[in-house]
Amino acid sequence: MAILEVKHIEKHFGATQVLKDISFSLEKGQALSIIGSSGSGKTTLLRCLNFLEKPDHGIISVNGNVIFDAQDSSTQLEKEIRKKRLHFGLVFQNFNLFPQYTALQNVTLARELMAKEHGNETKAEIEAAGMALLEQMGLADRAGHYPHQLSGGQQQRVAIARALALHPDILCFDEPTSALDPELTGEVLRVIRELAEKDTTMIIVTHEMAFARDVADHVIFMDEGVIVEQGDPKEVINNPKEERTRHFLARYTEG
Amino acid sequence: MFLTVTLSLIEGLGSALQLFLLTLLFALPLGLIIAFGSMSKCRPLSAATNVIVWIIRGTPLMLQLIIIFYGPGMWFDNNIWAFGSGRMAACVLAFVINYACYFSVIYRGGIEGVPVGQREAGEVLGMTKSQIFFKITLLQVVKRIVPPMSNEIITLVKDTSLARIIAIVELIKAGESYMKSDGITWPLFYTAVFYLLFVGILTILFNWVEKKLSYFR
Ligand SMILES: Nc1ncnc2c1ncn2[C@@H]1O[C@H](COP(=O)(O)OP(=O)(O)OP(=O)(O)O)[C@@H](O)[C@H]1O
Ligand SMILES: [Mg+2]
Repeated sequence: MAILEVKHIEKHFGATQVLKDISFSLEKGQALSIIGSSGSGKTTLLRCLNFLEKPDHGIISVNGNVIFDAQDSSTQLEKEIRKKRLHFGLVFQNFNLFPQYTALQNVTLARELMAKEHGNETKAEIEAAGMALLEQMGLADRAGHYPHQLSGGQQQRVAIARALALHPDILCFDEPTSALDPELTGEVLRVIRELAEKDTTMIIVTHEMAFARDVADHVIFMDEGVIVEQGDPKEVINNPKEERTRHFLARYTEG
Repeated sequence: MFLTVTLSLIEGLGSALQLFLLTLLFALPLGLIIAFGSMSKCRPLSAATNVIVWIIRGTPLMLQLIIIFYGPGMWFDNNIWAFGSGRMAACVLAFVINYACYFSVIYRGGIEGVPVGQREAGEVLGMTKSQIFFKITLLQVVKRIVPPMSNEIITLVKDTSLARIIAIVELIKAGESYMKSDGITWPLFYTAVFYLLFVGILTILFNWVEKKLSYFR
């Protein structure tokens, strides 16, 4: 059974339709790459999954349970959205780390707040888990640094650790390297690759075609709010069937 | 002579200090309420708030003070300020309204200056609205507003001298009185020392707060 099933998602901003009948599914342990030109709706799709935008139409199911149905307002209660969005993690393009907290505090804050509500974990346990995540990101020696003391690549790795701390079922990345200097993208792509090797379920919006091709199990090409083509990354990227996909990919092979 | 002047200036300082502290006490929270009003999604409320803020910030505090103090007696034949410390009360009211409006603009700038991504990062991590406000936004807002607030509060120190127009003996009026009675001008200049000390202490305080908050950006 698919861990994530998205059916007929539509989203408008005012009069413009940004997502048109988006449907796809994702198996547990798989990495899905979403590619497509600027303005095609990739970010909006991730934001819909994370309840930062509300789709006008469509259904989102996780592990076979409907967690959002545009037709059914009982799936949209504020209180439950808070719990449901924890199925997803989101790594933002520009990190959005909390500047007043250290790397470690950024990672542990949400879990500490949750432990205060439910009393299920001690601060020491949460901190140990946070340290382990920073270590996994290669940042053990940066735990006490504030975001402004870290490079972009380090900040983004802290952001990844922060998202992982809550054990999301599906981790979403929105162009995780496009705010970085070229020489810093490698270190971030490497940790994402390691996550993929550990069978982390992920959705990665990216402009790094080689990365999408080599790391993802499945790729979706979006254009003007629709899924134009999807399938095996090597197939789609090396041998696109649709004219629009070819046209888009040509820009990357030429450059 | 020096001692009597000093003592009477200290008395003037007392009134100024009272006005200063009471204004802050009420205007700081009221400003926050006005800021939320001006940012409200309810159009009529935000529009009305913005018009009030525009009027108060667009007219001299001296004029507002005169209207509040003399208005009730003139228009309603009822001088509501005719009790013991009525003058000070009228003065505090005028100052609170005026400064709350200025503060509201600063608060608003501070709140709107925090990138939406901060709130969204908190939401995605399953935090409640109040957790996001208290644990993420608040300190960032405080850091942003300390410099403009310190400017405004230092202006308030000097604005307390306006209280004299409704016959409150604040520092300058206390100093000036020696010009008329004894024909000496140095007490007037002596008041400047009081202002400088007052402002100096505040500056040290604000610098300390800014430094405390400089560990993050
Ligand atoms: N809050 C919003 N209000 C109005 N229009 C929006 C909003 N957010 C996005 N849009 C529009 O929706 C369309 C899709 O935007 P989106 O950010 O999802 O594209 P994208 O595929 O992520 O592009 P990029 O590669 O540049 O990040 C764009 O035309 C954009 O202008
Ligand atoms: Mg985008």
